[in-house]
Parts: sequence; structure tokens; C-alpha cells
Amino acid sequence: MGRYEFLEEVALADCAVDVEGNDLDDLFATAAAALADVMVDPATVPSTVERTIALTAPQLDLLLYDWLSELIYRKDRDREVFTRAEVRVSGAGPFELTARVHGGVLDPERTALRADAKAVTFHQFALTSTDGAWRARIVIDI
Amino acid sequence: MKVLPVGDCVWEIPPSEKPGMRVPARIYASESLLGQMDKGVFEQVTNVACLPGIVRASLCMPDGHWGYGFPIGGVAAFRADTGVISPGGIGFDINCGMRLLRTTLTEDEVRPRLRELINALFAAVPSGVGAKGFVHLSEAQFSEVMVQGSGWCVKHGYGWPEDLERTEGQGCLPGADPAHVSARAVSRGRDQLGTLGSGNHYLEIQVIRPGGIHDPAAARALGVDAPGQVFVMFHCGSRGFGHQIATDYLRIFDQVMRHYGIVVNDRELACAPFRSPEGQAYFGAMTAAANSAFVNRQVITHRVREVLGRVFGKDPRELGLSVVYDVCHNTAKVERYPVDGELLDLIVHRKGATRAFGPGAPDLPEAYREIGQPVIIGGSMETGSALLVGTARAMAETWGSTAHGAGRTMSRAQAKRRVWGETLLKEMEARGVIVRAASKSGVAEEAGFAYKDLAAVVDVLHRLDISRRVASLTPIGNIKG
Repeated sequence: MGRYEFLEEVALADCAVDVEGNDLDDLFATAAAALADVMVDPATVPSTVERTIALTAPQLDLLLYDWLSELIYRKDRDREVFTRAEVRVSGAGPFELTARVHGGVLDPERTALRADAKAVTFHQFALTSTDGAWRARIVIDI
Repeated sequence: MKVLPVGDCVWEIPPSEKPGMRVPARIYASESLLGQMDKGVFEQVTNVACLPGIVRASLCMPDGHWGYGFPIGGVAAFRADTGVISPGGIGFDINCGMRLLRTTLTEDEVRPRLRELINALFAAVPSGVGAKGFVHLSEAQFSEVMVQGSGWCVKHGYGWPEDLERTEGQGCLPGADPAHVSARAVSRGRDQLGTLGSGNHYLEIQVIRPGGIHDPAAARALGVDAPGQVFVMFHCGSRGFGHQIATDYLRIFDQVMRHYGIVVNDRELACAPFRSPEGQAYFGAMTAAANSAFVNRQVITHRVREVLGRVFGKDPRELGLSVVYDVCHNTAKVERYPVDGELLDLIVHRKGATRAFGPGAPDLPEAYREIGQPVIIGGSMETGSALLVGTARAMAETWGSTAHGAGRTMSRAQAKRRVWGETLLKEMEARGVIVRAASKSGVAEEAGFAYKDLAAVVDVLHRLDISRRVASLTPIGNIKG
């Protein structure tokens, strides 16, 4: 899996994160792991739920926005948080995503809760590639 | 970037400082508070000054800090006929706001049962990631919530009739349109009424300390009687329902801006002309979310009344558990102001900024009409909060707006490095403040040292006369998400 780093000096009340992936699929999977890390201690989420997610977007960066927004949406609708994902991104515009996500239902007795992610913002939102590696900056409203 | 003093506690960044600025940016702060503002504030307040249809100036209140799109503490008014509406000027937590309840209980009566009270409130008002409430509604019933706001609660036994007049806009903003709300927004938020959320959302038991009443006449009118009196204050918004509406429309506006020839400096400022089909659709959906937030706070009020009634063995009316006021700090509303000798309808965006209407405003209940609209400013969980009233000066200077909180000076990660949540809980308990939290790390993030000095923020508001200091409230118990 790729890497992510939370940033301290961007949008003080919210949560900014830089994500790197070895390829596009890895970037998307790593961004999902970073999002889970914002909301819960991932080690305290049982791996009891698997879901398949499919999305389409006209631009690659919007696909990333929709992907993370979908995970935030499911956290509220179903109380499910996903700490691991296998992602496949394809197409050349429109772009398509299919993912298998793994996690569990939020249980305050077992899960160490952190911040309730409200949304992905467009503030400093960026998805770029250099020499095959992919990077994204994401600011999450919490 | 040049930040020029133009009056006592008023600073201006002229339009020459950034290409595209249509009006100056104006920051209300003491020199010390200005020095504590991060560089993001100056970038963001000047970015807002570039938006189409902005009138007079892009404003930032003394609690301003780096947000996304607008700064937190940002206020801007756009012409309704030619200006824009922007989700980035309202925030994802549509109608995040504050509500203050008074009681006739004293600290001496509450202190022996404080732990029991905090535990009961923690159980009755769910908080934390993904929390669900006790009100279960069909889609049709939830549509009624969107349109009727707090009035729906009174009809269904979750409120007293007199609560409505003590809520901004009577708890129901006009223009809500469920037809422009996505099915995703409904399915995300329908089961969350009566929940706090997390981050800086909280519910506190507070008291007035000796010396905490600064304006006895206004305090009396607001039901603030004497030191030792106990209050309940809480801070929350429209939960997942509002978050999803903002997400949906930010995504739509990002794509339609080019159709309207609008270019913005920050993609989070995505916007559409207010009179466009997209602008009107967002306004209808956003207003529906604002009304659901009033319902959320009204349902929490109902739970608080139930809990205090049970713990103290009295009817909530005997406990004097009435609403002092409920005020929004993340909205856009159509308001009418004189501009260059003409009365104009403006879309006033307040993001982390509180409405502060002065005496005589028709929206106010009779009891408050002479003193002005109550303004509730939440400080940090350690340092306390403030009750003020709006002024005529705010109507003339800041589109009837004022600050909403103390304003952060430190990132959440920095705060967590300075103190462990468990340690802070123990320290606060030793000081007589009992805290129950869904997230221990969240407690550390909200430590008092992560915020500006609330007294310094309130002092600027009072000096500027954009709101008038009435009382200070000190926490003795806190529930956090």
C-alpha cells in the first residue's frame, strides 16, 4: 500500500492529508485507508463486512472525490467503516472505479471513535502523477 | 499582502492586493488577534472579495481562522439579482448553530447530581461518528421536517409553542424545497435527528459565576437572573443530511461554473448565480437542511427536558427550562439592507459567523425587541462561553453579523501532541468539570489552549459595538462527540 501523511498547517479545524500511491489503484485504496484513520482507530474495527462499490465520473479527480464521498455517505447511512479496499480504476474519460471494501459496523463499545468526517472539500484538492507514482491532497471537513 | 488599519479594531486589504478583487477585504480584530490569524485567513478573505455580485466588502470576524473556501468567521453579501450563492460560504454543516436553555436550578442543587446528570444526557443525546437518533421517520415525514422546521417538533410533542419565537427565523426558514434534495441526503440523515455529531460539537451544563453578568438589564430580559444559575448550551447542526446536500451541490457547481463564465481562486468557492436554476435548487435544498438543523436542536431540547425532569424529579416547566435563543452560524439567507441609498435584497453568507440583529428587528420576540437579538458564542470546553446581544451598529457595518466562537489557533494534531485526552479529562475533573466523550482523542483536539482567548474576541465585538456583552457562562459538565 502507498503512504499518507496528515498535515498540520492547512485548514486548522479540519483534516488535511497528503496521499501517495504506487499507481492509481493504490492511491485510491490508500486514500480510503487515510479516511478510515480520520474517523476511527482502524485496529479496533472488526473485518466483518465486505461490499462492492462501482462509480463513474467524467474526470479522474472527481472520481476520487466521489469515491471518498461514497465512503463517508455509507458511514452515516449504514454505520459501516471500511479500513481496507482493493480498487481498480479504468477508462480514459469517463473514468470507472470498481472496489471491494472491507470493514465493519461501528460499535462504540469496541471501536475507538475519532472524528466524524462530514465531507471531502475542494480546498487544495489535487490529484497528480509523476513518473507513474500518484499523489493527492485531500482536506476533509470534520 | 498589505493589511491596513482603517479604524479601532478594523483592518482593510485593498482591492489592489490581489487580481480580481471587486471590493476590499475587511477584518475586525485587535492587533493581537490579527497577529494570531493564520495566513489562510488573508488568502481566503481576499478570494471571497473576487466573487461576482459581492457588495461593499468581504468581512472576517475576530474569531477568524483558516477554513475552506471562506475563512471561518467569514461574512459576505451578494446582490440577489446579479450575485452568486456558494456552498463554500456556508459550509458542509448547514445551519450549524448554538442553542441556550435557562433553568431555575442553582449550582448548589446540580453539583451533587452532576455526574448522574452528565451520564444521563450522554445516553439520551447520541454523539460521535455515525450516531443515530431516536426519532424514526418515513421519507414523507422527513419532507415535513424540511419544510416545517421546528414547528414540526411542536406539533409532534418535541417542543413548547414558545420555543419557536426564541429561535432564529422561528425555526423555519422560507424557501425549503424537498424536490431539490437528493435521495442520498435523505437516506444519510433521516435517522440522525437528536444527535450531536463530533469535532467541536458539544452539550454543556454551565453556570453564571459571580461577576459573570455584565449588563443586568439585558440579562434580566434574557432570563439570566443571578450568579449560580444553571444553563444548558449546545452546538450542532444538520448532521449527515446537510453534509450530503453540500457535497451534492458543491459537485454540481464545480461543473456548471464554466457555463456561467465564473472563475474562482479556490475550487471550494464553486458557486452559481443565485437566480440560475442551479442556484435556486441549492438554495431550496440548503434551506431544507437549515430547517432540519433547527429540528435537530429542538429534539435535543426535548431530550434535555426529559433528562433534567427525571434527574431532579420535577416537570421541566417547574425547572424553568425555557429556550433563551437558538441562533445559526452557517447559513445563507435573503435579507434586505440599504446600499447606496437603495434597499437591496442580498444573499448574506455567514460561515462560522452569527446573525446579530439589533433592537427593533421584526424577527425578534417581543421580550427581546428592545435589547436586540441574543448572540450565543461558544468558547472552548475549558474556558466558557458568552451571551451577547446584537446592535444597530452590526446592522450598519457587518450585515447584522458577529463572531461565533473563540476561533482555533492550533491544529488538531498539534493539540493532541500537547495533551492526552485521558489526561485532560482528569485535569478538568479536578477543576470540577465532568466530561463524557465519545472520542478521547477528540477531547484533546478541543483543549482550551487550541483556541484564542474568548474574552479577547468578545472584547473586540463590544468595543466595535457589533454586539454587546451580557453574560459569561462557565462549564461544569460537558458531553462531546
